[in-house]
Amino acid sequence: MGEGGYTRRELMVATAAREIKNGEVVFVGMRLPLLAFAVAKAIHAPRAVGLFENGVIRDTPPLGPIVTMSDPPNIALAISCTTLLDVMGLLQQGRVDLGFLGAAEVDRFGNLNSTWADGRRIRLPGSGGACDIASLSRRFVVMIPHERRRLPERVSYLTSPGYGEGGNWRERVGLRGGGPAKVITTLATFTFDPESREMVLDTIHPGVDLDLVRAETGWPLRTTPELRETPPPTPQELEVIRRFDPGKIWTGE
Amino acid sequence: MQSKISTMAEAVSRWVPDGASVVMGCGLESCIPFAAGHEIIRQGKRDLTLIGPISDSLFDQLIGAGCVRKVVVAWIGNVGGGPGYNFRRAVEHSIPRPLEVEDHTNFTIALGLQAAAWGVPYLPTRTALGTDLPARNPSLREVQCPFTGEPLVAVRAIQPDVAIIHVQRADPEGNAHLWGNLGITLEAVRAAKHVIVSCEEVVDSAVIKGDPNRTVVPGFLVDAVVPEPWGAHPSPVQGYSRRDHAFYADYYERSRTRESFEQWLQEWVLEVEDRAEYVSKLGADRISGLRPVRQLAPDVDYGW
Repeated sequence: MGEGGYTRRELMVATAAREIKNGEVVFVGMRLPLLAFAVAKAIHAPRAVGLFENGVIRDTPPLGPIVTMSDPPNIALAISCTTLLDVMGLLQQGRVDLGFLGAAEVDRFGNLNSTWADGRRIRLPGSGGACDIASLSRRFVVMIPHERRRLPERVSYLTSPGYGEGGNWRERVGLRGGGPAKVITTLATFTFDPESREMVLDTIHPGVDLDLVRAETGWPLRTTPELRETPPPTPQELEVIRRFDPGKIWTGE
Repeated sequence: MQSKISTMAEAVSRWVPDGASVVMGCGLESCIPFAAGHEIIRQGKRDLTLIGPISDSLFDQLIGAGCVRKVVVAWIGNVGGGPGYNFRRAVEHSIPRPLEVEDHTNFTIALGLQAAAWGVPYLPTRTALGTDLPARNPSLREVQCPFTGEPLVAVRAIQPDVAIIHVQRADPEGNAHLWGNLGITLEAVRAAKHVIVSCEEVVDSAVIKGDPNRTVVPGFLVDAVVPEPWGAHPSPVQGYSRRDHAFYADYYERSRTRESFEQWLQEWVLEVEDRAEYVSKLGADRISGLRPVRQLAPDVDYGW
């Protein structure tokens, strides 16, 4: 527990929740993003709708704690239980406003690797639906532990597309989705330069030293002119997070 | 009516020959046919190609048991834990044997099966453009739309030799009801040349026909119906079983080394005769702890 009475991961969840706007259609995912969806629904985005790649569409958080999106509390009282192709079709059509993704690596232009680590020596599980969400959602948010090996200048395997080599790369290769909007790490948050599409430091978490962020990032980091502190979680946000993660399984230190 | 009721041992022996391509884990994390997978291991099947989106730990177990030559997958690992240690040992060190990997996304696996289900050679998509997936997977190819000229990814049809699914209930002909998330079940059973259905309960055809919107596979596509209560354990089955998180966590830890994985395999697969023995080994307390809270659907009227 940090000095403010909350953990870094609770701060990440609250920050992610604020990315969900009321009425948006969100490709939710598991763990921290699932908690963020619950927080957003309870506080500022009651009309948000969540899609899951197993085919579940729901407008409430799961009825109890879950480990996978297919756990029964995430199925009961859903709006719809349909097919993977059905929800992926909505995604491809441009009907999903926001997706959340984790990865083993994120690079300078927001590209993600979840296939190979450590050059090509450690085999990771693979894309799952991550490449689809990164390719096709109108925008997406990345959540990742901030370590130098996880933030290389260039991913060694491009599983899920960010802005490629930067600039108008996404348009050039034919991707229609908008690309990464934000990266939330254990140390800071990042946005993307509207021209170069390079990842730029936007806010720094309370108590974190800027030199540490630089040291744990694999390229010469630029910052936004108005660099400020990440707003800490409110008591209301913490209450919801702790209701859905009572054992701190996902949000412990 | 033709009964296709059989034991899991008979169904696997007849419909899963060495070298077959098998699609499983079609619900993603639910209704995973673990009983079928364990029987495949016990019968010592070899050179299989496994096809699936996620499969939780099932594919990792089959790889560790030496049954698999190739995987056509979007993701292999332990959903609640992390990496699949048998998958890693096979890819990185060829233990227990080398493994060929065809990397897909969840969407492209589903599209490949849908193409086969529709009888067309490929389907186009906008996913994965510019990534390393089409660059390294011969079943994904960047193409130009013949109408608009836009770049697209063509996903080659995937026709498995056999689809194995687990459902809540089926009649003896194989007409099967499944509810909850459907994942890629509909596409997989239509794409495959043969279908094995394992089910929590065998019911009279009148039950199936009384609620035809819930039917995910018509019996004429099905080759074998295996009554196999708890056949998806430790994965969840809506209305029948919650997910056994502790069982998955135990597998994840014990699969870390080859030695402890082999012990796990002996204990839970090789020394177990069939699913009935597996269920009694789990024990009554564990089973009763997995029974879900009831949540009945409202009645619907198919009045005519």
